[in-house]
Amino acid sequence: MNPARKRMLRLVVALSAAVVLASALIYTSFSAASPALTPTQLVRQAQGGRSYQVTGMVVQGSVHRSGGVLDFSVEDRAGGTTIPLAYTGTVPDPFREGREVIVTVQKQGGQYVGERNSLITKCPSKYKTAPAGEKQNY
Amino acid sequence: MAGLGRACLLLALAVCAYGICASLYGVRSGRTEFSASGRRAVYAFALIMTVAFAVLEAAFLRSDFTFNTVADTSSRTTPAAYRASAVWASQEGSLLLWAWLLSLWSSLALFLTRRRMRDIASYATAVLLGLGGFFVALMVFYANPFATTSPAPAEGVGLDPLLRFPTMMIHPPMLYSGYTLCTIPLAFGIGALLARRIDADWIKAIRRFAFAAWLFLGVGILLGARWSYAELGWGGYWGWDAVENASLMPWLTGTAFLHSLMIQEKRGMLRVWNVSLVLATGTLAIMGTFLVRSGILSSIHAFGGATLGVPFVALIAVLVAGSIYLVVSRRDMLRSRHRLDSLLSREAMFLANNVVLVGLCFVIFWGTYFPLISEALTGQEASVGPPWFDRYTVPLALILVLLSGIGPVIAWRRATLSNARRNFVVPVAVALLTLAVLLGAGIANRPGAIAMFCCAAFVFGSIGQEFFRGTRARRAMSGEGAGVALLSLVRRNRRRYGGYVVHLGIAVLFIGVAASSSFQHASELGLSPGQSTHLGAYTVRYVRPSATVTPKYDAAHTGSTLSLGAVLDVSKGGHHVATLNPSEGFYAAQAGGGSVTSLIAGQPVSHISMDAGVTRDVWSAIQPNLEAPALQRILKLGNRTLPADQALVGILAVAQAYLKHPPQAQFHLIVSPLVMWIWIGGLIVFGGGLIAIWPAPSAVRRRVAARSRARAVRGLARV
Repeated sequence: MNPARKRMLRLVVALSAAVVLASALIYTSFSAASPALTPTQLVRQAQGGRSYQVTGMVVQGSVHRSGGVLDFSVEDRAGGTTIPLAYTGTVPDPFREGREVIVTVQKQGGQYVGERNSLITKCPSKYKTAPAGEKQNY
Repeated sequence: MAGLGRACLLLALAVCAYGICASLYGVRSGRTEFSASGRRAVYAFALIMTVAFAVLEAAFLRSDFTFNTVADTSSRTTPAAYRASAVWASQEGSLLLWAWLLSLWSSLALFLTRRRMRDIASYATAVLLGLGGFFVALMVFYANPFATTSPAPAEGVGLDPLLRFPTMMIHPPMLYSGYTLCTIPLAFGIGALLARRIDADWIKAIRRFAFAAWLFLGVGILLGARWSYAELGWGGYWGWDAVENASLMPWLTGTAFLHSLMIQEKRGMLRVWNVSLVLATGTLAIMGTFLVRSGILSSIHAFGGATLGVPFVALIAVLVAGSIYLVVSRRDMLRSRHRLDSLLSREAMFLANNVVLVGLCFVIFWGTYFPLISEALTGQEASVGPPWFDRYTVPLALILVLLSGIGPVIAWRRATLSNARRNFVVPVAVALLTLAVLLGAGIANRPGAIAMFCCAAFVFGSIGQEFFRGTRARRAMSGEGAGVALLSLVRRNRRRYGGYVVHLGIAVLFIGVAASSSFQHASELGLSPGQSTHLGAYTVRYVRPSATVTPKYDAAHTGSTLSLGAVLDVSKGGHHVATLNPSEGFYAAQAGGGSVTSLIAGQPVSHISMDAGVTRDVWSAIQPNLEAPALQRILKLGNRTLPADQALVGILAVAQAYLKHPPQAQFHLIVSPLVMWIWIGGLIVFGGGLIAIWPAPSAVRRRVAARSRARAVRGLARV
């Protein structure tokens, strides 16, 4: 084989390998991704056994701890649909009632179960302490 | 004072505009005095930004609450050291820090190249001032750090307790230095393309800056990981969060560039690739800055209410489109002079390393921006989690570590069998020995970790062999003792041996990562005093509760009014190992609740406690139950009966009640092996980087000699 053809062949092999790997990457990212939903959308779309990332406000007075499980409810930013969650794992420091949180959940029977350590708090203003007048529930 | 700051910003904007015009006119018309004037504009820009930064820093130190940023992120009770670093805790202040660092590094780069590459440097001046002007314009029009309120509030909100941690004081300046240093190669790369002078000159001029960018960025990333591990209550050091990823991406392409530029220097190959890597690194660095500010992707790091998305997207669009246009239109000049001779050569290994690094960067890019990509393609926002990242990054990291052992010892151009035998017997033997020992130790169920340990052993073998051979050769040549020979070997080839030390450090770091992620024991559970739990080989017992009440104005303390915790006894096989005291601090809120409640109604912060060791860390965090009915009753009673100036009595009562009848507390416990080696590996990398970046003594001497020669010639000419 002459050098030019050999180089060409090498290039084709390398490029096709790259394309195959990239498609695998893209395919798996779509199948492994959890859709981001609001609580209202979640109630409408959720199927058992699939993960969803739900973004909502923690409902006032809904937070309870029992054993290692943290129970709380989230609702849309505008209020409306409320869904109860059972979550285990790390609770970020800024977590509290009235804050917006993101948590990955699965529907199991009639209940929503939070994936371990998936809770993220969306702080209205991350690098500032709680602004004056915010409702606290201590 | 705020007026001075605002004037500085406007003046800086004018200086940037002037400098861009002057340097572009200078290089286009060939009138070098204008190019020189453009360069001096950069120095002036640096001076103005220094004044502006000093004004803001002084405002923070004086607690001048007429400044909005000071009132929002500092307070009189914030300790002085943290007041000084609170400057960059706000969006506005961090933009100012960015622009200031950019102006300093740009000045340094242009000063060092002032007698060389006039045309490239002029274009680079324009690019750097363009970026500087962009950030100043953001501050002038969107987020002014010198905005004021009158009358000033009596007291500021205070620095977020989460940020009151030593590494948090240096993490942002390090990271921002890395980001801004990335833009220097970017500017010179664009300059070289515009000037159509794409030889080795510009690469040589920016090599040290690329290395410094890489080093600062790396240190910044590592400090961030350390903060996350030692301060946040989740016990991890890396979570594939969008902002962490954003800082890792330019670091990866920068690493690729540092390797591939050696091939361009040695063999004249890969010119398109190198210039593309430089452009990509600079653009990714600016995207990293932007991601924190845009509020587009949800991240635990994002600044709240960030609104700078549109200008940043415009800037990045311009950079990407411009880079692609420049590279494509100059592709003929970028042809390489040589071709790859063999797939078994150092060039090929470097190329493979580049492909892996860029592949890694692509994986991370895809995963990080997936919410946007998915929304654009399917109309449904979705995100991928850490398991997805791990699936791709783990094998790529393995290959990378392996290559870092192969690269230094394989021959240039074409490796022969005898070369292979000479160089690979020892490293392979070390790796196989490690494998045998590990399998003998009975941990065959974690193939990823075992593979990583073997790859790291291979690196130790190959780098150790290089050091051994180099030292032996020096000893034979000069008859020096072993220690002296080793030192002079490193001193005479700083880049090479510094690079080897970096490889060693990376291998050590990955041992820590592999061990701590594969052999970790973690548990979250509720415990009451007297109860205990098992964690791996350790037993953790909740001995008794602890509580601290701190009067409000105690400057030495980080400032939590009430802190509730636990004393934990850690033992192994009946023997006492360590006593841990994790706690959670409750901070005062500005308002709300009642007289007593408001003292502790701010955001609570975990103070983790760990016993760090060479072989393992025992890590603990607690979430005490402040909502227990008994404690709530005291708070309510206090709110009703105690005026604000006696509210501390109520807090004392809560602490008493907590100590006397402690409610069950929630614990997060982790036993993680070899975590410390991540930080040790990082230090080794840092040390190696410093060795490589330090000017060689001979180069300094040469430069001094050249300068005195030039002076002598000038003197002669005058006579």
